[in-house]
Amino acid sequence: MTAHPGTPGTWDGGSTGATVLEPRVAYVLGLGDDALVLAHRLGEWIAAAPQIEEDIALANIGLDLLGQARTLLSHAGELEAAGRDEDALAYLRDERDFRNLQIVERPNGDFAVTTARQLAFSAYQYELYDRLRASADPTLAAVAGKAIKEVTYHRDHATQWTLRLGDGTDESHRRMQAGLEQIWPYVEEMFEPGPAVAGLVAHGLAADPGLLREPWAAYVHPVLTQATLAVPEPAFHGHGGRRGLHTEALGHLLAEMQHLHRAHPGATW
Amino acid sequence: MSTEPLWEVFVRSRRGLSHIHVGSLHAPDAEMAVRNARDVYTRRQEGVSIWVVPAGAITASSPDEKDSFFDPAGDKVYRHPTFYDIPDEVRHL
Repeated sequence: MTAHPGTPGTWDGGSTGATVLEPRVAYVLGLGDDALVLAHRLGEWIAAAPQIEEDIALANIGLDLLGQARTLLSHAGELEAAGRDEDALAYLRDERDFRNLQIVERPNGDFAVTTARQLAFSAYQYELYDRLRASADPTLAAVAGKAIKEVTYHRDHATQWTLRLGDGTDESHRRMQAGLEQIWPYVEEMFEPGPAVAGLVAHGLAADPGLLREPWAAYVHPVLTQATLAVPEPAFHGHGGRRGLHTEALGHLLAEMQHLHRAHPGATW
Repeated sequence: MSTEPLWEVFVRSRRGLSHIHVGSLHAPDAEMAVRNARDVYTRRQEGVSIWVVPAGAITASSPDEKDSFFDPAGDKVYRHPTFYDIPDEVRHL
């Protein structure tokens, strides 16, 4: 149901099959799902990274994101007040009820694709958390205050690799540019207002996504230029993650992430 | 497997202590070596400062010289501070 290459990514805003949520719950859940899904993607690199040092670095970034996800999902569950804790939200929701941006669910690809995704998303998360530190929601402000230190490192890590791959060998340059081309169709969605975000912004609870675009570009574009890479101009844009519309990749990810919990409900070890 | 240069890593666990050699790792350059060291050796709060040194820049004593280098110190008991008590308050000595 998402936009395909060659078709404009417009969605009429009609029913998506997703559970209707109160805007504040949906907002916090979306941020938590971003962190959870990307944490899982980075975990897929464990024992498969180009070198053991990078294996540990990607796992560390994933664990930072998992920590953010746990607090955010718990908070969403409290706001919802329907008795769902972090585990229920992580493991017992289906694809249409996940509110993450499509960029985080995109497959790892090669190391350059992962680096492109991490650069784009970490730079977004940095601007987001920088503003959420002043949120009227004390839990969101606390998460942002702690997480911005983590995200500063994630952004730096991705920057260092973008520079080295982009301005490295012919092959690394080619792959890094190809990685950007694969990820950039999902960049624009980061700056689109989700359902009812305007009302939350007005109450000082949320950060206006549209205002993040300019500072994001002010960081990312010079990195690409320095890395001798071109800013991609995607032919299509993905939309709808915040409303429960996802690419094919998310269902496969959830199947792997959730099956153990669902096969053995309540299991502990 | 990695063709990247080898770096020796030194970590200072807290202020007032020296940097201690903790191991080595591969990285394409010094900047990445510091970052890799951060992830490999300090992710459980082991450090407040990191040094990395190209492994090739270290000149080591030779095992062949072990006898002439180290054995003569073995019977010089008067070089050791064993003839007075160290006060409990003095740490890190």
